[in-house]
Amino acid sequence: MTDIETPVDDISQAPVAKPGKPIAWPLGLAGVVLVIVGSFLSWSYDASILNDLSINFYPGGLQILAIIVALLSLVLLLAEKGPLVKLGSWLDVTLALRALGDGLTLYMVLVVVAISVESDGLINVNPGGYVTLVGAALIAVSAYLLPLRHLRDMSEARMPAWFEILSIAVLMAALLFVAAYALGLPDAWSFILCLVFVFTAAIGLFRSGAMTFVSHAGQRHRKVLTLAAFAAAFLFPFTQNGSDANMSIAGSVLVFSATAMGLNIVVGLAGLLDLGYIAFLGSGAYVAATLSNSAFATIGWKPPFLVVVLVGACVAAVLGLIIGSPTLRVSGDYLAIVTLGFGEIFRFSMFNLDGNNGPNLTNGPNGIPGIPDLELFGFNFGSEHTLAGIELGRFSNYYFLLLILVGGVILAFSRLNNSRIGRGWVAIREDEKAAEAMGVNVFGLKLLAFSIGAFLAGLAGTIKAHQDGAVSPDQYIFLESAFLLAAIVLGGMGTIAGVLLGATILKMLPEKLRFFSEYRLLLFGLLLVLMMRFRPEGLVASRRRQLEFHEEDEALAVAVEEEHLVIEEAK
Amino acid sequence: MTVVEDAARPQAAGETVLEATGVTMRFGGLLAVNDVNLTVREGEIVGLIGPNGAGKTTFFNCLTGLYKPTSGQVRFSGTPLPPKPRAVVRAGMARTFQNIRLFANMTALENVMVGRYCRTSAGALTSVLHGPKFRREEEATRARAQELLEFVGLGRSAEHLARNMPYGDQRRLEIARALATDPKLILLDEPTAGMNPQETRQASDLIFKIRDSGLSVVVIEHDMRFIFNLCDRVLCLVRGEALIEGTPEEVQSDPRVIEAYIGTGEDDDEVEDDVPGGEV
Ligand SMILES: Nc1ncnc2c1ncn2[C@@H]1O[C@H](COP(=O)(O)OP(=O)(O)OP(=O)(O)O)[C@@H](O)[C@H]1O
Ligand SMILES: [Mg+2]
Repeated sequence: MTDIETPVDDISQAPVAKPGKPIAWPLGLAGVVLVIVGSFLSWSYDASILNDLSINFYPGGLQILAIIVALLSLVLLLAEKGPLVKLGSWLDVTLALRALGDGLTLYMVLVVVAISVESDGLINVNPGGYVTLVGAALIAVSAYLLPLRHLRDMSEARMPAWFEILSIAVLMAALLFVAAYALGLPDAWSFILCLVFVFTAAIGLFRSGAMTFVSHAGQRHRKVLTLAAFAAAFLFPFTQNGSDANMSIAGSVLVFSATAMGLNIVVGLAGLLDLGYIAFLGSGAYVAATLSNSAFATIGWKPPFLVVVLVGACVAAVLGLIIGSPTLRVSGDYLAIVTLGFGEIFRFSMFNLDGNNGPNLTNGPNGIPGIPDLELFGFNFGSEHTLAGIELGRFSNYYFLLLILVGGVILAFSRLNNSRIGRGWVAIREDEKAAEAMGVNVFGLKLLAFSIGAFLAGLAGTIKAHQDGAVSPDQYIFLESAFLLAAIVLGGMGTIAGVLLGATILKMLPEKLRFFSEYRLLLFGLLLVLMMRFRPEGLVASRRRQLEFHEEDEALAVAVEEEHLVIEEAK
Repeated sequence: MTVVEDAARPQAAGETVLEATGVTMRFGGLLAVNDVNLTVREGEIVGLIGPNGAGKTTFFNCLTGLYKPTSGQVRFSGTPLPPKPRAVVRAGMARTFQNIRLFANMTALENVMVGRYCRTSAGALTSVLHGPKFRREEEATRARAQELLEFVGLGRSAEHLARNMPYGDQRRLEIARALATDPKLILLDEPTAGMNPQETRQASDLIFKIRDSGLSVVVIEHDMRFIFNLCDRVLCLVRGEALIEGTPEEVQSDPRVIEAYIGTGEDDDEVEDDVPGGEV
């Protein structure tokens, strides 16, 4: 978290606001007014750009986003000086306002660029756009004129329980709303702008300390947080009004998330680098395909799906044991190489088991198409139905099933994490020799992590096969394993929220930003390099990892520890 | 040869816990430990001294299975011990490390809970199912770990990350973690290295307390005052060989011991510079 720079010993002192430049505050207020006024005016001459921003006094979606940022800035300004000044002793107004001002300015510059690129030049930008741009710049300037202050630590803030729960619910609702809105955007420019908005608001909230408060509230009301997150995820299909395109993206995000969570056990907890993890997803999928009712299935046995799930997961787990048992005895580098090789061996096996070389199991490069929809307890996942007036199609059905899967995987992860087994894994990750000398079964635990990870991936694979309706070897290339790892590293190793976030970002962005497709890898590479440089612990850092990467930062160490104490006391 | 001294010290006349005979460890051309014998009885505190590089830590590593001795046998409570750390811990021998090896990014409590690993049994499935048996065991583990933290005087630091704790506390935490394995014998490798005099005094109190709770202790130290005040019996290693074994008085007054220390340019103060590669 960025706001930990606040020295901890200042908590006890009453917060004193040093006067900044007196002009700053009115300047900021003027900026807010300009942004709001500008957003009500027309931004673009051409109605066909960015979802129509051409009508005066009828703001389009992107204009409303600008207004939201302006309103957030207003709250901050009023907290600095005005009726909300009490809030100002908690919130880091200056830093947050800087983030909002900078972000909004960037946002407006991008709007102007988008309009002039998509139509014929700057001429098509209407005065409203410029007014808003000037307003955004004013907010940024005023934020840099405001004084920096030491504040009370937000993690100390206590509110009535209902307020804390409400803030969690509001955050979840906002997430749901933004996700639904972003997926509904038709063009890439709007999507990028929406991303800029999300990052602006998120950084603003983090800087202000509001996120610290919510995350602590979340720690105190863990059940509520979990429920709210699942409620938001559950409600998502209802916001899509039967859009198969978006629901299919959402479904693949869930498969990806479940797989990444499984890998998170192997990499994040036990610290084993697995570069061929996608093969376990593949083996689950291939098992499901060959045991399905597809005309191309190669095995005569057609057990019910619940049996297929078990078989698929167990086959994957056994593969994990076979790969793991010779390699886990040796040190980490070998494991990475062997798993890398295993991933390729799996793909080539699926490619070549086509009857020409050995038995025909997989139809070789053609794979197994035509996998019918799932039938569970008499319910066919291919059928559409309407709930509360909203049409839920085939992909929504799978979405709900996958949501249960993800929930199960998360449950398994968090329970394992807080158990004897999980402590053993972390101990091995921390110091293998010491763990061994304390009687921890190092080899057994590594093998266990490896096979549990494989089991979970295999499980996800069986559902994926039916959701995709086909399996083929080229779905399980090394790149996919690399993406899974990237999701974990990007999101935050060993965390739940982080890995879910990382998986969502890595799966959703490429789908929405199709015009990037050639540069996709380049961009992700760049993103990862930047992350490793500036935030090596990932977007959502577990407390431990945060310390690991910022060892020199004494203040942080103390602060994190104090936080930890506070949480413990609250339990 | 130990019989005579034991007779002189009646408090150390319990049953034999550890019996190491002819332990030899060879690294290529280097005989780090050469034919060393050691017997430890119930409720005894045995000191292991010797100049730097004498092979003390290596001897510990041989006893605890981190090294597989070139030859020699280790018997624990009468049964031979295979050189496997897990078997050693299960049998009831736990250790600390000369260069502290805590799980730095775990809390103090979690560190000690890891020590309970070999005395608990919850598997992966049990943990995921989270049944009453699992919760009872988890609760018991937590309670025992907390109790041990209090025993070593760290009751208030349970939620501190190990890496943030003061040096002396880290040493005590390592002892608590070792005690969590329910040992009969605990091996301490330089438990007071880097401590100030007050902490050193506390450490010897702690070791007495451990002995009084029924454990045997073998302790490596360079601080002679500490050793001679603490131990029932002292074994001095020089260049991998047992130079002399006897009561603190006997060892202290033996000219060969003094010569061994002076001869290698060491005195009896705390010595912290370690022989490279000589640690695990
Ligand atoms: N794994 C190893 N490989 C090769 N040589 C080793 C190894 N471990 C220890 N040695 C050597 O064995 C000798 C004894 O080392 P050891 O660490 O046991 O000494 P020590 O008595 O514990 O010394 P100190 O008082 O400095 O801790 C040293 O010469 C050391 O270099
Ligand atoms: Mg040593």
